[in-house]
Amino acid sequence: MSTELGHTKSGASLDHHDSHPQADADHGHHPSYLHDGYGWRSWLFTVDHKRIGIMYLVAIIGFFFVGGMLAGLVRFNLVSPTGALLDNDQYNKVFTAHGVVMLFFVLIPAVPGVMGNFFVPIMIGAKDMAFPKLNIASWYVWMLGAIFAVTALMTGGIDTGWTLYPPYSSRSSHSNVVPGAMGVFISGFSSIMTGLNIIVTVHRMRAPGMTWGRLPLFIWAQYATSLIQLLGTPVLAIALTLLMVETATGWTGNPVGIFDPALGGDPLLFQHLFWFYSHPAVYIMILPGMGVVSEILTCFSRKNVFGYQAIAWSSVGIAVVGFIVWAHHMFVAGISYYAALLFSLLSMLVAVPSAIKVFNWTATLYRGSITFQAPMVFSLGFMVLFTIGGVTGLFLATLGTDIHLHDTYFVVAHFHFVMVGGMVLAFMAALHFWWPKMTGVMYSDFWSRLAAIVICLGYFLTFMPQFYLGYHGMPRRYPNYPPEMRVFNVLSTAGYTVQLAGFLMTATYLALSIFFGKKAGPNPWGATGLEWAIPSPPITHNFEHTPKVVAGPYEYSLNLTQTGEKADVR
Amino acid sequence: MSARVGALCGHFEDIEQQRGAERLGMWMFLATEILFFGGVFLAYTVYRNWYSKDFAAISSLLNVTIAGINSVFLLVSSMTITFAIRACQLGNNSAQRKYLLATALLGSAFMGLKAYEYATDYHEGLVPWSSNFGKETLHGHEKPMLQVWEEEGVAPERVKMFLFFYYCMTGIHGVHLIIGIACVLYLYIRSVNKSLTADKYVAIEVTSLYWHLVDAIWLFIMPLLYLAGPHTTHQLGL
Repeated sequence: MSTELGHTKSGASLDHHDSHPQADADHGHHPSYLHDGYGWRSWLFTVDHKRIGIMYLVAIIGFFFVGGMLAGLVRFNLVSPTGALLDNDQYNKVFTAHGVVMLFFVLIPAVPGVMGNFFVPIMIGAKDMAFPKLNIASWYVWMLGAIFAVTALMTGGIDTGWTLYPPYSSRSSHSNVVPGAMGVFISGFSSIMTGLNIIVTVHRMRAPGMTWGRLPLFIWAQYATSLIQLLGTPVLAIALTLLMVETATGWTGNPVGIFDPALGGDPLLFQHLFWFYSHPAVYIMILPGMGVVSEILTCFSRKNVFGYQAIAWSSVGIAVVGFIVWAHHMFVAGISYYAALLFSLLSMLVAVPSAIKVFNWTATLYRGSITFQAPMVFSLGFMVLFTIGGVTGLFLATLGTDIHLHDTYFVVAHFHFVMVGGMVLAFMAALHFWWPKMTGVMYSDFWSRLAAIVICLGYFLTFMPQFYLGYHGMPRRYPNYPPEMRVFNVLSTAGYTVQLAGFLMTATYLALSIFFGKKAGPNPWGATGLEWAIPSPPITHNFEHTPKVVAGPYEYSLNLTQTGEKADVR
Repeated sequence: MSARVGALCGHFEDIEQQRGAERLGMWMFLATEILFFGGVFLAYTVYRNWYSKDFAAISSLLNVTIAGINSVFLLVSSMTITFAIRACQLGNNSAQRKYLLATALLGSAFMGLKAYEYATDYHEGLVPWSSNFGKETLHGHEKPMLQVWEEEGVAPERVKMFLFFYYCMTGIHGVHLIIGIACVLYLYIRSVNKSLTADKYVAIEVTSLYWHLVDAIWLFIMPLLYLAGPHTTHQLGL
């Protein structure tokens, strides 16, 4: 699996495109990005997109751990029908903290921040992002937002749920709504900076021969994601700004409000503005994952991807349609009947591009020479769990069934299947796929496959019972439930512990691989993308010479990389 | 990585690629700004439709003269910053400095008048969360505004809502303008140092794009807020 390519010199695969043979003399003099400077300054003041990606990775692992522990508190509290661990107020604050941390500090920045930063420039043949200083600024801004939000959540907490609905949040809740909202507001700038950087990079920095039709599907997905980040995030920013001002006027004793119905305001307006971002935000989370899965499924089935154009344009389609479905979160909030009908119809439309992707992935697998390394197991798990999450989404998009299922555990199970079963699995797949490229070493094959299977089964066990609970009427965000629902809650909590075991396994073998893993070589998977044509880990400038792209991204049937080399030596 | 050769940063192939990236980056940022202001414009429009009578009553108390003069300041500043781009491209450093300084001064004059206007708003009892809200007698009315509004059937909480929008929209716009002035002053300092040379004209161009947007947003804010109600010639005489 981790076979070395026949090249002895780093970057040798690009040589024959170079018109100056004497330039060969340069080879071997550039250190890898990990060895280009040592000490904390070389990291904290770096403008290298790869180091910034690693900084995002480290922070996201930390936040994922925090968010995961909070989820554990929620799950273990629900082991007992009357609440096993926490009082009601603590429970409200814990699930709010879980939501805010996982959404804004794990899921939204995960793939764009780590894989987007690290691989978008490499996969299009650029030396760096278009705006390297903006890139490092995005990490600092994000950390500043995180400090605000996490401090607010840990010192006193927020009891509103991550949705921060007024008038409860602005008038009645005496928790840390304003600093928490401020943290989310600030981290939004970081999201915009990353999205802007990726869009400009894809437009302006592509290597010669890297046409739009030769872009890897991961790039298409990242591009579509960045469009949503650019156009959605500012609307959340203004909604939070208005919410914060409204809350602050309450402190003067002369409250003024535009969301407070007691003062003539309309709380639905906040919900519209909030979901105008926060629904597309779920596509910010899932679209990069879809891009990752497109890369991995085609690589590990040794087949050209089926329906390149369809998958590429369905990413853009999801980004566009995703902006006109937001009010399906508000079917029972009192919007007009006709608006609800329209949004119900539009919400179902967004299933079309998602289904196009799943069908094309399936067709890619058909008659492929499939091997089941960890990235592939995670990706197949993604396909199954995302499809379940997507299809149950249709139940919720349907106006009639949503009236019954709204705000129940059915919704919780649905979005966890998409966000966790989909996005987190895709992130794990990406991490395992590109780990040898990012670190230069290979992790344990056996343990990684086992962990992938354990995590997939753990997800299933955690969230499948919640569909049942929700269908039978257990509301979300409640700390108590009727005793006859206990067995399903206990099953769900058991699933959490299985997942936890899987993630701890992953953390262990990945950490061990850094010290004891064998060298991965430039192209351990025999993949075709530009990132596999350079040494692992890459040098600071990525490429010794600007690569010349001569082939599409997935020429597995011709066994060609994008630079025209042989891809696979197995 | 970020080694510079003249105006060209090391990670770009050539200067035109870099200029294209910088222009596109600013346009993308302006798209986010439009969505940001779009949210508050949307909210304003909803309540303007619901409470048009109340909004008209309070809008007519705003100082339309200052807003009008300020509009002229911003329009002229958009012209001067465009002249600065041309001067930079032609290598005319003294004209470049002159136009950049003029732009910053016009922007500062806007903010100065705006600050004066906020002060008069405060003294006229038009700050909804202050204790003297609506207690002043204004513009030829015989009684304090709260009584006038009561007689005319204007709801004070809707007046407050309008003023909430007024302070939010002009405040956010003012923050944007202050950032713009800081950027223009930075360009001015670089021009004085002779480091902002003709090959780096894009720095002025992308700043001007931002400046124009802040200007254009004012041109929407001004009629939406100040012209939502009738104004008497008595007011226009300052």
